[in-house]
Amino acid sequence: MTDTSTQLREPWANFSRQQEAGKFGIWVFLASEVLFFGALMLTYTVCRIEHTEAFAAAGRETNIWYGTANTAILLTSSLTMAMAAQAAAAPERFRRLVLGCLLTTAALGLAFLVVKGFEYKEDIDKHLVPGSHFALPQAGAQLFYGLYWLITGVHAVHLSIGIVLVSRLILLGYLRKIELRENPEVEVTALYWHLVDIVWIFLYPLIYLPGRAS
Amino acid sequence: MNSIFSLPEATTHAADVDNIFYLLLVLSGATAAVVFGAILVLAVRYHRGSAAKRGPLPEIVSREFEIGWTTATLFAFLFLFWWASSADLSRFSAPANALEIHVVAKQWMWKTQHANGAREINALHIPVDRPVRLSMSSQDVIHSFFIPAFRVKQDVLPGRDTDVWFQATKTGVFPLLCAEYCGTDHSMMRGRIVVMRQEDFANWLSQQPEGDDLAHEGAKLFVAQGCSGCHAASSNVHAPRLAGLYGRVVQLADGREVKADEAYIRDSILLPKRDVVAGFEPIMPSFSGLLDDGEIQSLTAYIRSLAHEKQSD
Amino acid sequence: MRSKVTDALLNGELPLPPRPDYLRHGSTISSWLITTDHKRIAILYAITITVFFFMGGAAITAVRLELFEPNGWLLTSDTYNKLFSFHGIVMVWFFLVPSIPNTLGNFLLPLMIGAPDVAFPRLNLFSWYLTIAAGMLTVYALVAGGVDTGWTFYTPYSTMFSNSHVFAAAAGVFVVGFASIATGVNFIATTHMLRAPGMTWFRLPLFVWAIYATSIIMVLATPVLAISLLLVIAERWLGLPIFDPAQGGDPILFQHLFWFYSHPAVYIMVLPAMGVVSEVIPCFARRRIFGYDFMVYAMVAIAGIGFFVWGHHMFVSGQSIYASLIFSFLSFIIAVPSAIKVFNWTASLYRGQISFDSPMLYALGFVGLFTTGGLSGLFLASIPVDVHVTDTYFVVAHFHYIMVGGSVSAFFAGLHFWWPKITGKMYPDGWARFAAILMYAGFNMTFLPQFFAGYLGMPRRYHTYPPEFQIYNVMSSAGAAVLAAAYLLPLGYFAWSLFYGTRAGNNPWRATGLEWTTTSPPPPKNFDRQPRVDRGPYDYHAAGQSAGTDPPEVQNAREVV
Repeated sequence: MTDTSTQLREPWANFSRQQEAGKFGIWVFLASEVLFFGALMLTYTVCRIEHTEAFAAAGRETNIWYGTANTAILLTSSLTMAMAAQAAAAPERFRRLVLGCLLTTAALGLAFLVVKGFEYKEDIDKHLVPGSHFALPQAGAQLFYGLYWLITGVHAVHLSIGIVLVSRLILLGYLRKIELRENPEVEVTALYWHLVDIVWIFLYPLIYLPGRAS
Repeated sequence: MNSIFSLPEATTHAADVDNIFYLLLVLSGATAAVVFGAILVLAVRYHRGSAAKRGPLPEIVSREFEIGWTTATLFAFLFLFWWASSADLSRFSAPANALEIHVVAKQWMWKTQHANGAREINALHIPVDRPVRLSMSSQDVIHSFFIPAFRVKQDVLPGRDTDVWFQATKTGVFPLLCAEYCGTDHSMMRGRIVVMRQEDFANWLSQQPEGDDLAHEGAKLFVAQGCSGCHAASSNVHAPRLAGLYGRVVQLADGREVKADEAYIRDSILLPKRDVVAGFEPIMPSFSGLLDDGEIQSLTAYIRSLAHEKQSD
Repeated sequence: MRSKVTDALLNGELPLPPRPDYLRHGSTISSWLITTDHKRIAILYAITITVFFFMGGAAITAVRLELFEPNGWLLTSDTYNKLFSFHGIVMVWFFLVPSIPNTLGNFLLPLMIGAPDVAFPRLNLFSWYLTIAAGMLTVYALVAGGVDTGWTFYTPYSTMFSNSHVFAAAAGVFVVGFASIATGVNFIATTHMLRAPGMTWFRLPLFVWAIYATSIIMVLATPVLAISLLLVIAERWLGLPIFDPAQGGDPILFQHLFWFYSHPAVYIMVLPAMGVVSEVIPCFARRRIFGYDFMVYAMVAIAGIGFFVWGHHMFVSGQSIYASLIFSFLSFIIAVPSAIKVFNWTASLYRGQISFDSPMLYALGFVGLFTTGGLSGLFLASIPVDVHVTDTYFVVAHFHYIMVGGSVSAFFAGLHFWWPKITGKMYPDGWARFAAILMYAGFNMTFLPQFFAGYLGMPRRYHTYPPEFQIYNVMSSAGAAVLAAAYLLPLGYFAWSLFYGTRAGNNPWRATGLEWTTTSPPPPKNFDRQPRVDRGPYDYHAAGQSAGTDPPEVQNAREVV
């Protein structure tokens, strides 16, 4: 068994309770994130119902290759994150596996951001930024892209926070400042990462599939 | 001019509103009296050291008692909801013979226009005992058209028409105020509603400078902006004919049916790709940014005036 | 005066050196600024919200002075508009929302459930720092020239027309929202995971239930506020069209998003107040609360239904009549649990042994003012009446009766009730009772005339007004002066008590509740020994009995070795 006394924190009397509380807390926080992204998606939905044609035309201008590649990257990163969490929770010592999976997760997260960066550059070159030089004529297309930049931006901020959290675990774990085995912080980080992934799974059809489905 | 103690009831529905208010006042007063009274009586009777009898609570006070007063409160409130709402539902839509007035709000003034073209700034003359329907829009931010003596209030929005109707029952001058905060001079965005006897109103109207009435103005815009290029009977372009359109049910390309009312006409001018008529291509350009709200109201009035023409094709 | 040392000697124990309480355990500034002790964080919050309260109060003092005259005499319209906006923003988000939860809730929640701290103490401190950062952004907005959109930030005025510091103000509110969410997560986890052995859900004090229900609203509603403000910032700063009608946007969408948070927010502001009152009344009536179960269900119902009534702020916005009817219906329904609570507080006085110390006076004041404000809500739930009085002073009176007459009275009730526990000192109750009565009188003088002015047609947010309303405005402004005095008095006698007040014992009010079993002030870890609970709350008398003139020693959960 791990020596968990070093990880025991105020106000907990025993470590398993502290672990449970960490998991409980992150689930409550995830509920607030669901409402956060939910409000954004509701805004998108209302605007799309009002401007179906314009949204379809605008959606066709998105780069579905970048979008699909990013989806694959993010889904894989969730796999490696889940592996890291499972390995950390196991009673055997899987330190190298945990670190390796965390590293892969962070790398895939960074890859997502890099691809997104290329995609943003292309969008700017194609004048898909709302403003006076906007590429599409339909009223409502600017609305689509206004929401596109905002929602993907907010998602990217969340992903960046996730990468920082994972990197923190890697660094502190590698330097043995914290013990990764049976550490509730690993599962908390994993749950947060999965949320960011699930949000993307909802975003993908909203951004890349309008106007392309039929 | 309102007095400091009472507000005139100057429309057909004002008395209904006041009656609901008075009923609620009586019920609230009674409830407050019961609650405050009970607290006072209990506080005095059971203050520490008093001789009043303590001991276990009486048998009657039990779970059933609580359920009882909860249910009674629930039914009382449901009754209030039903009573208040049924008074409101009858006001749902304006009578067909209502006098049409267009209102445009902008920071920080009201512009009103009668059907014959007469315009007013921060004032509106209307006849007594005749339903009046206001069709309103804003040129900038959200305002709210508020006539306290009429118990009338309706937000005025940019990019959309809102409407409200009422029938004045008293002659006189009644204040008009803006009731949605709209910037620096929100509190100065006030006006006068002048209610006149019907003959006086007719005289007044005939003496107003004959601005082109809205429909005539709309007819001129129809040509000047190029609408007639496609929509006139002589055009080669396959575009819906507008004679007799207003008020008709229209079949759209995506299968829906809509009524051709003011909102539909406005959307067709500003967002023509949205509700394309069945059997037509979505080739109409948008006039968003090219026409202001006043011009759209004129065009709408013109299209309405075509309602009485027979379809010619 | 007996001390711990004397007690120990009398019990035949060796006297131990007195342990420092949480206030004296570490006295450097940094020990306060990096504390994770929920009690110290509560004090940090208390100081913060008091500063904001007086800032918001100063703004409205200027407003009420200006309103003595119908045509303005001190301020330009722009300045006036900025002052009422600042008042609303500061009072709602930097005073009312954090007041009871982050001061009394922070201090008392672990104590009341028998825990040594909250579930995530470092997150607790982080919440406070977020509040400070947010406050600095908002104060920056003020000193840079102010924001004039009202606390409601309606579009398209806020996104496209206002020339004021909308971004800074909206950013300040956005950040403080995250402090709120963090607090909510912390308190929910604390309540679930740190209750002492034997403290089952239905043995929890009603204050804990109130904080718990409030925390659920904080977690679920605040994110939607964050999005509404983010959209405003995006449109204003980045030029992204969201609410611009010329681009096909809908300004009413902002109203839906904003009120989806802001209606539940009023329950964030009132539920903790109800929790405080439910603690104070039983203690000073020496009776168990009447109908504990229904009080719990009522609070949970208020929290739940509160998410579905937001459209009653939008009856004249252009919303469809069908939506309005549904919102009106649900608004009448939600009045029922509030009414039940008022009945139960009143019934809790029956056959009691009532004393009128200042906490009780404030608590009874809450019941009276909340009842008045709540009844005025019925008028607003009725669509035809609301069409007439919305956006007038009738609404201003309604929400001030509940939020100020209600929540602030209850906050003061709680402050006065738990002051001895928090500071270890007693304040002079004579002054406190005077302040309570003065507040009640001043409050009614200020806000009762506003119901009349509103019904007669005086709109809100009006710098200048038609002269026939002057009499109501003069009465209201005069009342505000009295109210201001009533708010300043506690500053005086509370400060005095810190230096010259008598030392308070563990349980000066002979109240039930685990917080009263520990010292005043409590030690850093709250309890010397883990409490065990074997009975319900408000055990002021044996079941089936009522209070006698000399109540037996108050039955509290016994500490077990």
